[in-house]
Amino acid sequence: MIRENQRRFGFDWVTILIYILLVGFGYLNIISASHTGNITNYLDMSEPYGKQLVFMGLSVVLIILTLSVDAKFYERFASLIYIGAILALLGLFIFGKDVNGARSWYGIGRMTLQPSEFAKFATALAVAKYISDIQTNLKKIKDQLKAAVIIFLPALLILLQNDAGSTIVYTAFFFVFFREGLQQVYLILGFSLVILSVLSLKFGVRITALITVFMLILAYFLRSKKRASISQSLIILLVCTLFAFGIKQFYNHILKPHQQNRISLWLRLEKDPVKLELMKKREAYNLIQSEEAISSGGFWGKGFMEGTRTTGKFVPEQHTDYIFSTVGEEWGFLGSASVVILFIFLIIRLLILAERQKSQFSRVYGYGVASILFVHFTINTGMVMGLIPTVGIPLPFFSYGGSGLWGFTILLFIFIKLDSNKINEW
Amino acid sequence: MRKLLLFALVVFVGITFIVRLYYLQVYDSKNYDPLEDTAVRKVFTYPKRGYVYDRNGELLVANQPSYDVMVIPKEVEPLDTLEFCSLLKITKENFIKTFNKARNYSPRLPYVFLSNLAKDDYAVLQEKMRKYDGFYIQKRSIRTYRKTIGANVLGDIGEVNQVIINKDDYYNKGDLIGKQGVEKTYEKTLRGFKGTKFIQKDRFNRDIGAFEDGSNDATAQPGKNITITIDSKLQEYGELLMTNKRGGIVAIEPNSGEILAMISGPTYNPNLLVGRNRSKNFTKLYNDSLAQPLFDRGLQAMYPPGSPFKAINALIALQEGVVTPDDKFRCNLGFKYGNRRMGCHLHRSPANMNLGIYESCNAYFGNVYLKIMDKYDSRVDAMNNWSKHVKSFGLGNYLNNDLSVGQPGKIPNSSTYDRAYGKGKWYPTFSISNAIGQGEVLATPIQLANIAAAIGNRGYYYTPHIIKNIESDTIPSKFTKPKYTTIDKKHFEPVIHGMFDVYNKGTAKMLQVKGIEICGKTGTAENFAIIDGTKTQLTDHSIFVAFAPKDNPKIAIAVFIENGYFGSRFAGKMASLMIEKYLKDEISRTDLENFVLYHTLEHEYKKPYSGEPFKINRETTLETIPVEEYEALKYLKAKIDSK
Repeated sequence: MIRENQRRFGFDWVTILIYILLVGFGYLNIISASHTGNITNYLDMSEPYGKQLVFMGLSVVLIILTLSVDAKFYERFASLIYIGAILALLGLFIFGKDVNGARSWYGIGRMTLQPSEFAKFATALAVAKYISDIQTNLKKIKDQLKAAVIIFLPALLILLQNDAGSTIVYTAFFFVFFREGLQQVYLILGFSLVILSVLSLKFGVRITALITVFMLILAYFLRSKKRASISQSLIILLVCTLFAFGIKQFYNHILKPHQQNRISLWLRLEKDPVKLELMKKREAYNLIQSEEAISSGGFWGKGFMEGTRTTGKFVPEQHTDYIFSTVGEEWGFLGSASVVILFIFLIIRLLILAERQKSQFSRVYGYGVASILFVHFTINTGMVMGLIPTVGIPLPFFSYGGSGLWGFTILLFIFIKLDSNKINEW
Repeated sequence: MRKLLLFALVVFVGITFIVRLYYLQVYDSKNYDPLEDTAVRKVFTYPKRGYVYDRNGELLVANQPSYDVMVIPKEVEPLDTLEFCSLLKITKENFIKTFNKARNYSPRLPYVFLSNLAKDDYAVLQEKMRKYDGFYIQKRSIRTYRKTIGANVLGDIGEVNQVIINKDDYYNKGDLIGKQGVEKTYEKTLRGFKGTKFIQKDRFNRDIGAFEDGSNDATAQPGKNITITIDSKLQEYGELLMTNKRGGIVAIEPNSGEILAMISGPTYNPNLLVGRNRSKNFTKLYNDSLAQPLFDRGLQAMYPPGSPFKAINALIALQEGVVTPDDKFRCNLGFKYGNRRMGCHLHRSPANMNLGIYESCNAYFGNVYLKIMDKYDSRVDAMNNWSKHVKSFGLGNYLNNDLSVGQPGKIPNSSTYDRAYGKGKWYPTFSISNAIGQGEVLATPIQLANIAAAIGNRGYYYTPHIIKNIESDTIPSKFTKPKYTTIDKKHFEPVIHGMFDVYNKGTAKMLQVKGIEICGKTGTAENFAIIDGTKTQLTDHSIFVAFAPKDNPKIAIAVFIENGYFGSRFAGKMASLMIEKYLKDEISRTDLENFVLYHTLEHEYKKPYSGEPFKINRETTLETIPVEEYEALKYLKAKIDSK
């Protein structure tokens, strides 16, 4: 599938091609979603499409820089880069700028920079560095905790800056850890907790406990060899019930109203028709508009710059987080399915490339890149088409924004550089 | 296994998303119509409604601009409310109330702040409008009636109702549609076709440009102007004569069927039904159940036609060959049949056809009627034969013309009497009242005028109609084809001569107009009202039917005056005046005119509601109007003449 000897400079051109396709197509959709009236100047710096063109130009510079640095540099300086990113995040508390309630930006003149976008590749590097360390064994609780600290540190800082969406992205590293030897029990545990949370919110603590009892009895009869004792089962039941109760409390008292609403909409928790109507106009407005825009595209789409809802700015934030709805409206099923396929293809290719790496550092990093892209893509696209509760994170390479584009570009191209260097590694 | 987890998840997510997209974009959006999209607003551009001209090219109905003050609350800047309110002639409380209403409706959308601004206010306001951000003036088009006549002819336009919207795709809520008169019957011609524009809007519902550069738009086609057959001067004169009376006048041009005038009394100023006060005024007119100004008496009132109907019986008798013009019948102050009597007045006896007509002898026509009924062995055949002849004059059915209202009238046939008396259990004498136009015969004034036209034409008529010309179009062919009666041409002369002698030496001798040979027939119709549960007779209706000149008539007319008593008392005078006005354009018989203008019948109309016993016919007196009012009418008359 991947023919090594045909690569120029050793780079994986297929990945680069997909990158170019995604960024280019994203740019077209940003033009559509952000233009008002006739476009006279594609470099109009007061319009998102003008800025995005500049961001793309700077990306080329970043790519060249990223690729020209020696591959060993990234492994050697991973810790330093990570520390730099953490410092940048910390600095936000002092020098940061509030935008829409989140303190995630540095203002430099008229430009803004979002360090959390860069913290992703920094964390990926740090994780790779740590796991590839010969002394690290992910089966050990101590090392697991250390690894957890590496991801929790930036995640926590970002959460404190009121950007819950970006925090969720760090769960991507779970896939990396799992690939590198984390016990299966964590997978089962994580899966169970998600199920428990949903059950608890949807049906309440009592029914969740009942279901747990049922599952335990089922397990008792199915697993004749490694049966859990009665006391063990009771402890599991107790823990599950407590957790369900805790989630309920968390939802009711700790989550902010807008977060409650998003989950409530997703799980269809609100039954009062009056409140539901109100939600449709407020919390669910974006979602409904976005779904309708996608829906109205039909099979063929309405054509570039022809989307009525896009032109009418029916979907707020369409050029950033909701850019996929523009694709849906103007390019139809044909276009949006192609974008999904491109992303899936990119992620799978990255996974295959990662598996082929000879150094563990490169492999872990590549896996990290694939995981981060996967989580971003799944959450963003799933949200725009109404499958996942609203979480405000951008679609990689597609959404408008300099920091995002640069962050993902560096993230991807470090791996391309590492990948190109694998012949030299023995 | 560890390598496969993420791989499997990625594939799973990919498939899920594509299925979801398929559901949203292909499965769920099958019925999606881009022109019905919420992001697209369909707006209509309304074409100019066609004008209405009279037969002499005088403009009767045109359009006028109407100004609405609109507001977009969000764009309103602090303003000098006091000055603004005084310009609009509203109170400050009113201002605040309307403004809040507009803001509650939508802060971003235009809202009608004040509708139908008076013209003078508009002129002042327009100068100062730039001072008031967020307010602007929107122009609309409404009708204007250049003359205050012919409300019943011209009709009016108003907002279309839901029933029509459901039936006809063309109309949308708020569209205007012809409600009565010509506006109603020529709605499709006058309205034109509205254009559609598709406008791209944003999520705040604001317009942001044409949808797909206007490729789906359709331009409006202006309505066509029409010319109607009405002679507005004659119409105006007729309405003047009708003042203080109730009834109908219909004048027709016999050689074309064109309606020259169509008067219904009482009438109203058509401008009442324009603009802001339309619905208020309409309700008022509609609820006037005594005078019924919206009831077109020329078209809708069915009365027993009385003596003018005798001419028809004479024609039928001649056609059937049961009498000759010289056959004479005795009249001894009436006519005895069986053990009953039909009264008549004092005149020479015996009477031939000529005398029978001009003296309006009941005995003569009683005999003639019985002769018609006795011609066939079967009285059923005889009755149906008679009925067929009568109906060929356009009686007993809708005229099928282009007027918005109408009534069929009533002409009996054998089954009418079968129903009333039982099958076969009736005799010609039962229906002898038909001989003199009473009994089971009912006709509307326009049908009577049409009879006069058919007689004047010696045997045919054109369906009376109101349309003369449609801009770049032709009028329906049904109005240009003659309709023949079942009476041969040769039989008309004796009858016409009789009608001519009505003026020469008969009941209308006093109504002669110098230089015009008028043929006419007076009529009187008994009528009753139910007062407190008892059928009470009221003063007779005064009827007159005429055409002139005798040969190649230019005008045929029917005048019907409610409770006007005998035919020549009001109806005959008015018919003579109308004929003179139309043919000579001046009035020599000013004595007749003065009589008609000076006298009122309002007291007759009050009698049934007075709650007291009252006198009718011979015992009733004439009442005059106050001198000032009379002078005012004379002044109006002078104005008509001066045009």
